[in-house]
Amino acid sequence: MELVKEKWVSKVNILSIGATGEEGGTRKTKVQVGGEDTLPFLHFEGKMPHRPVIACEVLDMVPENWPQAVAKPYSDVYRDPAKWAKKCETQGADLICLTFTGAHPDNNNSSAADCAKVVRNILAATTVPLIVIGCGNDDKDNEIIPAISEAAKGENVLLGKATQDNYKTIVACASADGHAVIAESPIDINIAKQVNVLISDLSFALDRIVIDPTTGGLGYGLEYCYSIMERARIGALGADKMLAMPFIVFPGQEAWRSKEARITKEEMPQWGDEEKRGIVWELTTALSLLLAGADILVMRHAQAIANLKKVINALMNEEGKKC
Amino acid sequence: MLIIGERINGLFNDVADAIKKKDKKVIQDLALKQLKAGAQMLDVNTGPSTMNPQETMVWLVESVREVTDAALVIDSPKVTVLEAGIAAAKDKTVINSTTAQQDKLDKIVPLAVKYNSLLIGLTMNEKGIPSDMATKSELALVIIAACMEKGLPQDNLLLDPLILPVNVTQAQVKETLEAIKMIKTLSTPAPQVILGLSNVSQGTKNRSLINAVYLAMAMACGLDGAILDPMDKEVMNIMYTAEILLNKTIYCDSYLRA
Repeated sequence: MELVKEKWVSKVNILSIGATGEEGGTRKTKVQVGGEDTLPFLHFEGKMPHRPVIACEVLDMVPENWPQAVAKPYSDVYRDPAKWAKKCETQGADLICLTFTGAHPDNNNSSAADCAKVVRNILAATTVPLIVIGCGNDDKDNEIIPAISEAAKGENVLLGKATQDNYKTIVACASADGHAVIAESPIDINIAKQVNVLISDLSFALDRIVIDPTTGGLGYGLEYCYSIMERARIGALGADKMLAMPFIVFPGQEAWRSKEARITKEEMPQWGDEEKRGIVWELTTALSLLLAGADILVMRHAQAIANLKKVINALMNEEGKKC
Repeated sequence: MLIIGERINGLFNDVADAIKKKDKKVIQDLALKQLKAGAQMLDVNTGPSTMNPQETMVWLVESVREVTDAALVIDSPKVTVLEAGIAAAKDKTVINSTTAQQDKLDKIVPLAVKYNSLLIGLTMNEKGIPSDMATKSELALVIIAACMEKGLPQDNLLLDPLILPVNVTQAQVKETLEAIKMIKTLSTPAPQVILGLSNVSQGTKNRSLINAVYLAMAMACGLDGAILDPMDKEVMNIMYTAEILLNKTIYCDSYLRA
């Protein structure tokens, strides 16, 4: 019997993150994502020229909100973001994702200059490309992002996050300093498209944008997120250029927020060891998002990262492509 | 929606003038402006006035090819002009057009196969343009069968049920909508149907409005593409809106700016 194949008319944009010495940066490697002209891993139907990549999350503060199971493995380095980033790199991360949680007014309320310094230290300590994300407070982000962006000028980092209500500063910075931008929308395909229209109205190139569709963790509306991502990707393949961006997702953050990953063995003996449980929760969340079309997955636990990498390799190697 | 820009046609005075003066710039500007306005393909037609249509076609095609590699719709009733145009365009071409007339099918379908070109099939024959849905559909079927027999993949065929001006023959306007629906049922997967839209408003006072409303109605009947003036903003905005209302593209507040 002949395989029924869908014929798509368009493909996802290709985005390059990180700049090597020749390109005016200091990275040893750079990362390319996107370019799919079919749904995820349907190698018989189309091409997936670039494998999904894994970013390892680093904070600019001690991860007080992380459960011990995922914080403890980083306890030797988490007081120094540069050392933490270096450890992530040796753990096999394709990129470092630096999130300025510490700059939030509710946390350390770090100054723009301090944030810029953290960026410079991490760039000096690592060789892989960087994702840099603000603290999530609009006013504070508009204060620190220009300094962060400037500190990473020429390194082609992925800068986040632009939202429907706050995108002008970050897009202007990315434009000026040669970075790409994460456009975030609250699990809403219409707003995802809207943010991209707004950003492109500022003459920012569409192929320099990554969509953060916002997702839940396993057990917290993951199926709905899957549908939204799938629908957006089908739009992209059907030539909707305002949706033709690679996806970034944050399974590490989402999974380790759930009670299933946080509750200890002492509190819930029948659930077993919490570290093992948390890793499986993070990995399962990541795998679902991978199959929904994720291009960049921001992860936390080394074990979950190693296993996710194995799966991606298996799905992308010659054997996997034959299935 | 497949949008084919109609403006490079010797029927328009600016184009006729450019042809006469061999002014490439005018043609190239029209090509780029139409693409920027949302056209995916460009129709190229020498118009009736030129003495040597074959040479004019090659000149037009080469001029456009210098500025874009978008697909070109080579528009002529003469087979020799069609072949000269396709050869000059080299890649990504559409033949506009064949009819359901046997001698035309015998010559033009093999041409599309030879050049791996798309083909527009007009639902008319030696008896002229039918005005009823049944005859339009019947002729569509004749064209589909001929393409099948001569080895042109169905994906490469675009059927045009031929709309006539509403002020000339009003009843056939609705019949053409019915024909679109009917033609879409003729095979699985459904054939692709397009229209030379602007013809519906030929000679009327409200061209843009009539074009736009008819386009929306035809899209609801299953129309896949249209030859039109993409620089007509009213028509294009209504096309984008219809695409959203038909759930073909995804809504966002500023979709008209997208």
